[in-house]
Amino acid sequence: MSNLLDLLVAGLATGAIYAIVAVGFTLLWQTSQTINFAQGEFVMLPAFLMLAVMHVGAPFWLAIILGILLSLLLLGLGFKLLLVDPMLRHGVLPLAIATMALAIGIKEAVKQFFSAEASPFPSIVPVGDVSVLGRVVSLQSLGVLALAIAAVIGLTALLNRTSIGHQMQATAQNPTVARIIGVPVERMILLTFLINAFLVALASLLITPIYLAKFSSGEVLGQAAFIAAIVGGFNQVRGAIAGGLLIGVVDNLAAAYVSTQYRAAVPLILLIVIILFRPQGLLGRPEERTV
Amino acid sequence: MTWSGKHLRIALGVAVVAALIIVPMNFNRYGLYILSQWAVMTIAAMGLNLTLGYAGQVSLAQGAFVGIGAYAAAIMTTQGLPLVAALAVAVALCFAIGWILGYPALRVQHHYLAFVTLAFSTLAFLVFRNEDWLTKGIYGISNIPRPNVMGFATNRPLPFYYFCLGSLGIVSLAMWWLIRSPWGRAFVALRENPVRALSLGIDTRRYTLMAFAIGSALGGVAGTLYAPLTQYIDPVPFNLSLSLDLLMMVIVGGSGFFFGPFLGAAIAVLLPEWLRFTQGYYLMLYAVAVMLLLIYSPTGILGVLNRYLTERRTKAASALRAVAKSRLETAP
Repeated sequence: MSNLLDLLVAGLATGAIYAIVAVGFTLLWQTSQTINFAQGEFVMLPAFLMLAVMHVGAPFWLAIILGILLSLLLLGLGFKLLLVDPMLRHGVLPLAIATMALAIGIKEAVKQFFSAEASPFPSIVPVGDVSVLGRVVSLQSLGVLALAIAAVIGLTALLNRTSIGHQMQATAQNPTVARIIGVPVERMILLTFLINAFLVALASLLITPIYLAKFSSGEVLGQAAFIAAIVGGFNQVRGAIAGGLLIGVVDNLAAAYVSTQYRAAVPLILLIVIILFRPQGLLGRPEERTV
Repeated sequence: MTWSGKHLRIALGVAVVAALIIVPMNFNRYGLYILSQWAVMTIAAMGLNLTLGYAGQVSLAQGAFVGIGAYAAAIMTTQGLPLVAALAVAVALCFAIGWILGYPALRVQHHYLAFVTLAFSTLAFLVFRNEDWLTKGIYGISNIPRPNVMGFATNRPLPFYYFCLGSLGIVSLAMWWLIRSPWGRAFVALRENPVRALSLGIDTRRYTLMAFAIGSALGGVAGTLYAPLTQYIDPVPFNLSLSLDLLMMVIVGGSGFFFGPFLGAAIAVLLPEWLRFTQGYYLMLYAVAVMLLLIYSPTGILGVLNRYLTERRTKAASALRAVAKSRLETAP
């Protein structure tokens, strides 16, 4: 077990990115019953938006800012107004199918307008190795881990410490009651969409330097985030965080110790076992069946 | 439904079937391939429509069952066994796996169920890709023979298209009978209100498992046609996106409508071909078309039609009422 520390750090780093994506996913589900099957593509797109801005000669930092703003506009506001709002009254399933179509649309648009080839993407944390406890660990993994943890802490602080966060939680738990006690429910739902857009842009910024920018990279990411969200608890933000970290670590350890061919199977088997024995997820609340 | 309406329907049905038989006669090889693909995908979508549209259980594993059927057909027919034997194996295997996969449906619902079946779909893909001794892994299985049907070879595209169309016909008749049988009504009762169905004495456990198993078996049937159609299979076509495509076909066509899968498969298979003149943009346009359709009508194309017909019927009825009323009022 010479490289267990390496594997753990790398696993936590990817896991933290999954956690960010999964948190956005659960927020959308909680406030507006949206199962976003395009979440993986939502992570893929901002990297390409940033690359596009850099293509016209802008520096990296400006590309990041514009990329995040475009993401808020397209994946937050646009997604809510153009797709979710008109579809919401039709129920969960048609909306889920519509987001599948959206995933195809985003993927094809990127393939058509940018490139079908994988493009390199600059890293926002320095590349290199650093010595921790006498072992050499990738600086990139540590940097990604640190930024992702900072984002998660910031988000939980927003949700638990601020009055906006409390209003958002009230909206998530029971929109009708929240409306009665004076919470601007519509504004809170819009805010969750914007937060999701910001989180996917951040995840994009962190993960693309590791796996390159490719139009098809959203499939794997989206699936990892779904699994993380379900394993941790579909209706709990902290569940999604725990699930993300768990899936990241399990995935990396499985690749090293089980088999590289079936590494993708290990989190799935974990998922099936958890759904069968604890369908609400490790940290989730059970959702009542309606008659 | 009035008599004239029923006659109209039968005439329309006969015309469509005749067109499906006669029109493709002068199609080229590619056109026949696409139409055969439509027939095969319709069978798979019909199976999913039973599980989703009639029994109300979301499944993201239908593509995996098509894969199991295709691999059964590919492995057995390249060993010299007849396709009928492969069909029997595929149906039995998919029925059994579908039955087992139905068990989570007894415990969890909706999105959880979607994710269990999604996980199964990915696992099946990994098995297709990694078990080289059985599936030849990423190299795939080539030279899959096409069957002889009652002494007729179906090697050429047109006879094979008729073979697919005939299979679709047989499956359609069986499905038509099934959804009108007490079983079919039990499935619908299950979808509409599981608790009430239970209180009416329907064994909901058995019918849930049955809906999954029969739907999955039809996926297997589609697979045994898919392998000889393409004559070469590798794991790629049977990844998760096939399951998602099939789900989209059912919803877009109109889930819970008998003819929904026919239309849905036509749109998913044929529309991208018609949009091919737009070159790289065709899948994008397809995606936008699906989203617009779902925004306009979440119950799919047949949902729109159904709504239109119901509206017209209500309007006609209220017009008749108005006439009757005015006659009453003007009566001396």
